[in-house]
Amino acid sequence: GLLVTKCGLLRHRPAGGGAFWVDSQQKRYVPVKGDHVIGIVTAKAGDVFRLDVGGSEPASLSYLAFEGATKRNRPNVQVGDLIYGQFLVANKDMEPEMVCIDGSGRSNGMGIIGQDGFLFKVSLGLIRKLLAPKCEIIQELSQLYPFELVLGMNGRIWVKAKTVQQTLIIVNILEACEYMTAEQRKQALAKLSGT
Amino acid sequence: FMQRGLDSQTKKQLEEEEKKIISEEHWYLDVPDLKEKESCIIEERSFLPCEDLVYGRMSFKGFNPEVEKLMIQMNSKCKEEEIEEDDKMEADVSDEEMARRYETLVGTIGKKFLRKRDQRVLKDDDEDEDDEVEEGNSNTRPSKRAKKMFLKPQD
Repeated sequence: GLLVTKCGLLRHRPAGGGAFWVDSQQKRYVPVKGDHVIGIVTAKAGDVFRLDVGGSEPASLSYLAFEGATKRNRPNVQVGDLIYGQFLVANKDMEPEMVCIDGSGRSNGMGIIGQDGFLFKVSLGLIRKLLAPKCEIIQELSQLYPFELVLGMNGRIWVKAKTVQQTLIIVNILEACEYMTAEQRKQALAKLSGT
Repeated sequence: FMQRGLDSQTKKQLEEEEKKIISEEHWYLDVPDLKEKESCIIEERSFLPCEDLVYGRMSFKGFNPEVEKLMIQMNSKCKEEEIEEDDKMEADVSDEEMARRYETLVGTIGKKFLRKRDQRVLKDDDEDEDDEVEEGNSNTRPSKRAKKMFLKPQD
């Protein structure tokens, strides 16, 4: 039989064979296979990098798991770099493993995230809200000024805009979005685009 | 126990008896196989298929054009119905330019692979054609040198 282990809203999706899930709120991430996350390189151990993904264990990432990487052509990864990748193996018995290529060997945007920018942590529920198909927050923010955004399912968001001030504004809005209602958010954005 | 000259037959008999004894000692279950109940429940730990989430890398207002291209690509993989509107990708070189380039390109590379004789013929043609253009006569074509064919020996 089925047992519920988390509290939250029960959601149902009738399409694709029907799926039920519990929509709960949490800040701690548990590695899941197939999730795209942002990891911070903490150590280089021979051929493998250790990444901190916010879970209970550091994940491992082999240097060959990048697009176009061979034994001679190693990716230029330093300690402290940010990596956007997906989990290849993630269960409670083994150390999680990450890769930066998909099944066919293409990187699809995964890999080292560039210089500058700002990394911060939010709750997992907000990430899911932001990644929903037609997210108002993202649409409203995209009207403000050009910027780049990377969302990791482990609660980490990386933002980069043209100036430090713009970056910080976006960071503050995203962090506050969790507790603001739609109207408050629109007011705040109107103030910003006005000034 | 090493007996010299043991017949192969007696050896075989001995081996078979040994095997018999060993296999009889093995335990086996006398119970019929239980049918495994097929559970209709599949456990999925990730949120990705549940909520149809979009791709995590985004760029707005042209901040990072590669990421914007990726966004279109990855999001169109999920929603293939919307692709039908925009199928044409913006190409660096327009179609007309491509057609023009091809016209001249095919000619020049084709000439490269012709054998020497044919190249000479072509050169004559070109020179004559150039003259033609100057004269303004486009109808007359210079006669090509007759190809040397196999001449059947007369009887």
